[in-house]
Amino acid sequence: MAETIEQLEQEEACLEADAESEAPEQIKINRIRPREFKPSDVAVLLLTLASSFSILWIVFSQLTLLNGALGFVVLWIPLFLGLYWFVNRQLFTRQVAIDRLISSVVTLGAGIMMLPLVLLTIFVFERGLPLLSWHALTSTQQGVTFTGKHTNLGGVEHAIVGTLEQVAIAAVIGIPAAILTAIFINEVGGRFTKSVRVIVTAMSGTPAIVAGVFIYSIWVTRFSYSGFAGSLALAVILLPTVTRGTEEVLKIVHNDLREASIALAAPQWRTVWSVVLPTARSGLITSTMLGIAVSIGETAPLIMTIFGNQVMNANPFSGPQMALSLLAYKQIKLPIQSQIDLGYTAALVLFIMVFAVFVLARLFGSGRRSSGARRSLLSFVRWTPGSSLEDEAADQGGVEGLQKSLEKEELDQ
Amino acid sequence: MVTQTVEQFGIPEKVQIKSKLSFEDRAFRGLAKSAGIGTFVILVLIGLFLLIESVPAFRSQGLHFLTNTVWQPTGKHPKFGVASALTGSLLIAVIALIVAIPVSLACALFINEFAPAKLMSFIPFKNFLTAAVDLMAAVPSIIYGMWGFFVLQPHMTGFEKWLSDYLGGFGVFKNTTGIYTSSFLIAGTIVGIMCMPIITSLCREVFSLTPNGEREGVMSLGASRARIIRDVVFPFAKGGVIGAIMLGLGRALGEAIAVAIIISLSFPITFHVAQAGGNSIAALIAIQWGSGGSLGTSALLAAGLVLFIITLLINMVASRIVNASKLGAR
Repeated sequence: MAETIEQLEQEEACLEADAESEAPEQIKINRIRPREFKPSDVAVLLLTLASSFSILWIVFSQLTLLNGALGFVVLWIPLFLGLYWFVNRQLFTRQVAIDRLISSVVTLGAGIMMLPLVLLTIFVFERGLPLLSWHALTSTQQGVTFTGKHTNLGGVEHAIVGTLEQVAIAAVIGIPAAILTAIFINEVGGRFTKSVRVIVTAMSGTPAIVAGVFIYSIWVTRFSYSGFAGSLALAVILLPTVTRGTEEVLKIVHNDLREASIALAAPQWRTVWSVVLPTARSGLITSTMLGIAVSIGETAPLIMTIFGNQVMNANPFSGPQMALSLLAYKQIKLPIQSQIDLGYTAALVLFIMVFAVFVLARLFGSGRRSSGARRSLLSFVRWTPGSSLEDEAADQGGVEGLQKSLEKEELDQ
Repeated sequence: MVTQTVEQFGIPEKVQIKSKLSFEDRAFRGLAKSAGIGTFVILVLIGLFLLIESVPAFRSQGLHFLTNTVWQPTGKHPKFGVASALTGSLLIAVIALIVAIPVSLACALFINEFAPAKLMSFIPFKNFLTAAVDLMAAVPSIIYGMWGFFVLQPHMTGFEKWLSDYLGGFGVFKNTTGIYTSSFLIAGTIVGIMCMPIITSLCREVFSLTPNGEREGVMSLGASRARIIRDVVFPFAKGGVIGAIMLGLGRALGEAIAVAIIISLSFPITFHVAQAGGNSIAALIAIQWGSGGSLGTSALLAAGLVLFIITLLINMVASRIVNASKLGAR
């Protein structure tokens, strides 16, 4: 017993001595912050990149004799990540290694995500821009000839007209219905609210081509292929998308506003029309514009509704029409280069249109979203919740204004 | 005094408070309600009319419509089915998800956890990334398809050859034809790229609902960003991420044009992803439309019905999962 106690004491003494001798060093060493990134770390990163590249280059081109840049990149990424983890594991602690690994994986992911968008844009402009001319924009495919003296490669005018008409009619049908549905879900409510929301979500994921075959079976079989049938299909696609966007925006509108309006004895339609909708205006515009941007680019549902047309047909209610997306789809399947080129032109015009609508949606929406609700409200009703001193003047005027207009209405009745 | 002021304004002393809705309000509520019920009606009509129009196809083939691996709707003995289109759709969707999930999750995490709000103090980096993701979702599928066909495909064939040469023993990557274009792998990759923005924006939304208290608590214990992601962000967002992936799956199953441009239709069931030839329901409808007479059209509408039912089921389950996870996070 005595021996063991002595042994234990000795060991304890040893441990204490160790601790004393190591203590100051430990403080120095442990000052590693996992997020610190010094110039030496940059060097480690670059060297790892270089070494993984060279290892893969030897394996890839010297041993397996293979070409193809994509495969190289696909294999390079995991090799680099593995190597980077290993190097950091050797230099620092396990924590640092894992943190750096995750950071590089995530950053790489974002980079890969952006890559297709950049490449797509370059591709569309590179192929389409040299072909874009006044002639291409203002002529149809009528009388296209590619042999002989007078070559007429055709243009996309009929497709531009078709796309604009179809999307406009689809918007006129779809957007009011979508906003009303969102109002039903968010403002009116009732027994069906929950099931309508589920249905709208499910419908927004329904493939576009299903909307096309649906309109074919309900409309085209009874009447005929026409631009209007295409509009109906686009409206079916537009409806759930815009409903969901609008519902999200209406949800953000402060409840105090609704209550204030009700307190002024405004009827519900009046509350929605002059308080809720104006407050959500910028968000409403964004969601509808995004819906329109998506519907401009739809191709699949147009195959079985508008059918396609080589000549100008400005009447959307009778006869087959053309659309930019459908033209591009039909042209690139043809074996003649000049006709594929026409497809590129159509794709470029389509891309520019979608991009323009998208930018407009962004300009109206984000950036002002935080203050947008307030500002648009001030301009319409001039009333803010939890008013501060600065807002008081506008506040009073606003409430009085609403009151007056309500009184006036009563007088009118 | 009080009565005086009341008289001044000409308000009667006894004000009857009515809780009855006015005529306008009832009309307004009725209108909104009819719009809400209208969406339900549209959904029912889609199912109903596709069913009615596909009766000739089902009468001709019966349940063999789901098992046949040929497509000959014309002639004396028409025979057609969507078996290979079904497996093809699933194969493309699986490849698409394998491509899309890691990239989307990484991008969503980058935007939420890593990206600085402002780059060089004047570029709104985070907003820019979000806008770019939204733009990717708005780019027409025809342009994705064209890019995939003319740009991605030539780069993919080398990789496919490498896969079939070195990993061909697994069977999936085997190439028996020697042609590497128009394959499932290329179509799946393009569809995956198209699914990325949807999955990313949904995941980002779910990640941003992570409660700040937990996040700061773990931070104060000295956790690295990797630990925060693993121990706080992921556990809270698990359900939402699964739902987002399922919505992406629904989208991948229904993509028609990009697949139709890239793939060359073949009707035997195949799992060789790196060789030419494949099939998918949506692409089948897009490619075969207008050929095959009335029975052929009916068959395509029946295929559309099958696609509709599958995606509807997936989306309903997915939206339920997403909503449950959002409520849980709140």
